[in-house]
Amino acid sequence: MDLKPETLEKIDKLIPRYPQKRSATLPLLHIIQEEKGYLSKESVEWIAEKLEIQPIQVWEVVTFYPMYRREPIGKVHVKVCRTLSCALVGAYKTCEKLEQALNCKRGETSEDGKFTIEFVECIADCGYGPVVQVDDKLYEKVTPDGKADELIEKLKRIAEGEDVDSDTSGERSPAFMG
Amino acid sequence: MADNETNLVTINIDGNEHKVPDGMNLVDACSVAGVEVPHYCYHPKLSVAGNCRMCLVEMGMPMRDRATGEPVLDDDGVQKIGWMPKPAIACASKAMPGLHIKTESDLTKNCREGVMEFLLVNHPLDCPICDQAGECRLQEFATDYGRGFSRFVEEKNAKPKRTKLGPRVTLDDERCILCSRCVRFCDEIDENPVLGFTERGSHSTLTTYPGKQLDSNYSLNTVDICPVGALTSTDFRFKMRVWFLKPTPSICTESSAGVNTEVWSREGKIYRVTPRRNDAVNDTWMADSGRALYHQVEDEARMLNYRVDGNKASLGEAIGRTRELMGLGKVAYVGSGQMSVEEQWMLRKLAETEPGSIHFRYHTGDGDGRLISKDKTPNLRGAFVTSLIKELPADNLHALHDQLESGEVTTVVAFGEDLVAGGISSELLKKVNLIYIGTNRNGSTDHAKVLIPSLTVFERSGSFINQQFRLQKFAQCVPGPAGILPTTTLLGRLIAEFKGETPTAPSNPQIWREISGAVTECANIEFAKIPATGLELDGSAYTSIPFVEEKGWHFEPVAELVGADSSPS
Amino acid sequence: MAIKERRIIYKHVDEDGYSNDIDCYLKNGGYEVLKKAVQAKPEDLRQEVLNSGLRGRGGAGFPTGMKWKFLDFKSGKPIYLVCNADESEPGTYKDRQLIYQDPHQLIEGMMISAFAIGAKQAFIYVRGEFVNGARILEAAIEEARAKNFLGEDILGSGYSCDLLVHRGAGAYICGEETGLIESLEGKRGYPRIKPPYFPAALGLYMCPTIVNNVETLCQVKHVIDMGGEEFAKIGIKGDSGTHIWGVSGHVKNPGYYEIEAGSATFGDLLHDLCGGPLDGRQFKALIPGGSSTKILRWGETFKVKHPNDGEEYEWTVEDIPLDAVSIGLCGTFLGTGGSIVMDDSTDMLEALANLNAFYAHESCGQCTPCREGSLWLNKVSTRMTSGLGREEDVPLLKDIADQVAGRTICAHGEAVAWPVQSAVPKFQDEYLDKIKKQANGDRYNPEGFPLI
Repeated sequence: MDLKPETLEKIDKLIPRYPQKRSATLPLLHIIQEEKGYLSKESVEWIAEKLEIQPIQVWEVVTFYPMYRREPIGKVHVKVCRTLSCALVGAYKTCEKLEQALNCKRGETSEDGKFTIEFVECIADCGYGPVVQVDDKLYEKVTPDGKADELIEKLKRIAEGEDVDSDTSGERSPAFMG
Repeated sequence: MADNETNLVTINIDGNEHKVPDGMNLVDACSVAGVEVPHYCYHPKLSVAGNCRMCLVEMGMPMRDRATGEPVLDDDGVQKIGWMPKPAIACASKAMPGLHIKTESDLTKNCREGVMEFLLVNHPLDCPICDQAGECRLQEFATDYGRGFSRFVEEKNAKPKRTKLGPRVTLDDERCILCSRCVRFCDEIDENPVLGFTERGSHSTLTTYPGKQLDSNYSLNTVDICPVGALTSTDFRFKMRVWFLKPTPSICTESSAGVNTEVWSREGKIYRVTPRRNDAVNDTWMADSGRALYHQVEDEARMLNYRVDGNKASLGEAIGRTRELMGLGKVAYVGSGQMSVEEQWMLRKLAETEPGSIHFRYHTGDGDGRLISKDKTPNLRGAFVTSLIKELPADNLHALHDQLESGEVTTVVAFGEDLVAGGISSELLKKVNLIYIGTNRNGSTDHAKVLIPSLTVFERSGSFINQQFRLQKFAQCVPGPAGILPTTTLLGRLIAEFKGETPTAPSNPQIWREISGAVTECANIEFAKIPATGLELDGSAYTSIPFVEEKGWHFEPVAELVGADSSPS
Repeated sequence: MAIKERRIIYKHVDEDGYSNDIDCYLKNGGYEVLKKAVQAKPEDLRQEVLNSGLRGRGGAGFPTGMKWKFLDFKSGKPIYLVCNADESEPGTYKDRQLIYQDPHQLIEGMMISAFAIGAKQAFIYVRGEFVNGARILEAAIEEARAKNFLGEDILGSGYSCDLLVHRGAGAYICGEETGLIESLEGKRGYPRIKPPYFPAALGLYMCPTIVNNVETLCQVKHVIDMGGEEFAKIGIKGDSGTHIWGVSGHVKNPGYYEIEAGSATFGDLLHDLCGGPLDGRQFKALIPGGSSTKILRWGETFKVKHPNDGEEYEWTVEDIPLDAVSIGLCGTFLGTGGSIVMDDSTDMLEALANLNAFYAHESCGQCTPCREGSLWLNKVSTRMTSGLGREEDVPLLKDIADQVAGRTICAHGEAVAWPVQSAVPKFQDEYLDKIKKQANGDRYNPEGFPLI
């Protein structure tokens, strides 16, 4: 499999830090997903060989953990928290609003390939709901009648390749909290 | 606290005391005591998963004061039982002195009803077309421990149906109860973890990795241990309802491992072969290849007629001609590791009555280090014990070849062994008076002056002695083709002919009375009393014989041990 | 009772000018306790923790010193310390602040704990969504290593211990300590059966292992700093130290507040610190300590006899003191302190359906009652919220939950069952009313947000 040299180096340094090789399954999946965007059959088999286990043993892990993706996703990955604390303050409405504005259903990728929306379970930021994690960044208090519109504009800019990292109009830096 | 027999402990099940082996898994311990603890995921030969929760019972231990260690007594002066606040799974507990369990309490019953209801909510109601029906734990326990009605009105989960997991195993994921027995078997016993669960929660799905197959020669064991109809044998699928089938205990003839089997038949037809538990031989496992051997019963090359000089003949004619040919010149016998102990014994008696040189065939091939040994015949040891042979024969018939070529021998009586395959050319065989007793036609049978058809292992009864010198019985599973005699009867008849006595048909018990009287290792053995799991004979007289078997499950070759002892340190 | 925060663990959280780098930490007295600890005898440190009465802060509240006491020191196998940073119980967001804002406090607490139990290798299992949190921890570990607070021969003591950050990938069940261990071994997060797999004897790689929550390990630092007996003086008998209350839902000022155990009530917390209910609304229900803890309903009262003073009390929800003992007397748990507040705009059936969806999604699928029960509950309650509820569904929900609790491999069974078991008796009138009204086509809660 074709991986960047720095990725390979990272992997080779990481594996021996675990008392048993198989322990590196989750981190290797993260590292390769980070580079490739998702986990292909080739990636799974590569990891299995690297860790001297069977491909099914890696595949079992990929399919157990929701953060591992079996398909490529959109350019911007939007995760809206669904669970009670966020729902109480409007998460379902926020999610609907994002779906309409970005022309993308939850659990799917928009046709233009720009957005993937997931309606995920609790991200552990319950006091500041509704929370939306955009790639590595966390946006808080994205209420359907409040900050949702603001976030939609940002998401469109992010999809165009703009860096909105510095744009921290929230009370706390989203880059910091993600 | 230990009882007099140090390996037994007393446990209390539902108010009754039982003595059970110390440390035995509680599911098995209850079974020993005659109490059923229903379970799905627990299997005595696999690690404990504890996931099905069907074996939940109430458990407690006699109470002791924490500070003083003194027993805590109730008003009647009886030691109180400290019951655990929650039910516990029996499969994760071991028998220990004083352990109390309740298998019939309201809580235990409620636990079972709950688990049964849960297992059925997403299980398809396709029992009428399911092969497992009749031997399905889900059906059995639903009847015995279920509530008898369902409160589930939602849509059931949809999962893959009819997945070919490999060449011999078909999977219906909707029926799977995720007990993980098959996954553990592949991982722990087959050491080839090709099965796994994907997805999560109630959507968990049993599968192989895409593109990989469950193709091990032990794959059908997953079908045996599947408590429901999820894993089925592709060969057996939709062939026969299991309640019509009669199981008969038998021994697999694939190799000298002597795997214990059950042969399932209906109206004289065999439908499948499954392993029979024997903890000293094969545990609960067997190879897929051994299960296919029953097809020989209906093999196209099966011999069904007596023939004399190529023509169909009666038994009497065949025996008459045999006697005639044996009188023409020097005789050689070719015995076989496929013959039973009883047949070998009778052959030895024939050779005493009508002397001739004795040759013997067994067949070496690849072993798998598990339940298929390098000796592809089930009963080479029997030939030693019956004194038919004294030394390990060569893996060919070159000696007989020389005898035939020199004219030292002119008549050969062969039992099921292809002489051509053993190294005797067709040209040479043509000049020989060959009497062939066997089940199938082969390269030698066309040259035989007398052909006597015989019975397969499934059609006769007897015993084999496996690589461990374990004497194991096999029973007749189906009737043989009309008119074909057991080889022991045939041999008895020939002996009587030569002796001029009235022909008899010696039964196996009769033969064993002779064997036990004559053979030291077999002293006091009665055929009828050989246990279902066999009897280990003293093989110490044969430690110098260089048997070919290598290490397998439950088998350590003696020769290798000797070698290990004498290796330079 | 006037409520006042007492910040020990959160001393520097949200403090102006406080940053998560080591220089800032050292400037504020960081790693001084570790320096002291590595000069002590490990068994003495363990005794201090036992004396402190510190209870685990991950939700179950098991005494930390006791957990450490169960550790199999005689096996000859390596001992592992694992920090459970898989914070994922809905309503809980306290560890996040420590990881992001004060990672060195955690590292110091971990190294003290590792030294006390003799672990040569420690891990931080951090939930996968804390991407930057993991980066912050990794950077902090390297800073600490450079200063010899971890790694080889820590501070010249001869003791060595490495620390590795391991990211999860979105599975709630990995917060269960044996599920976490399996995940750390590179497998599906299937909790192990106990017996026999108690982590203290047969944990990570079948070696003795201690798994402690982020906050617990931070607390250890303060226990060792002030001494066990001194620490035990904070809070009440049976629940020492402070608790971080993370309030979410329908209050004016949701957020986290560190409060000495037993020093205030829910009423104080929700009104004085959280600003009370939203304008025009009234409190209706409270899930006190993370979504799995049993729900409390405004209007119910609790007659209790407190074990500490022997006095009898009659409490409303707002009267319940903020400590594990008092909350336990009211039939629920302090849990993680993640309090979810619901006001009168909330459709209680939808709230229950929301949680049922969560627990069904997060059931690992290993054992029957949880796997099938959680999904069944989810299917029933989702159907009930869509206008297709039947009266018999209400007792059915409870019956299903009763068949799950106490019969599963791990506590996820209780997490599945408790919300249902507690909510059904308390809110069944509302459920039945909703079933009746929805049959007429009415929307039940036009005021509130949809919850499912």
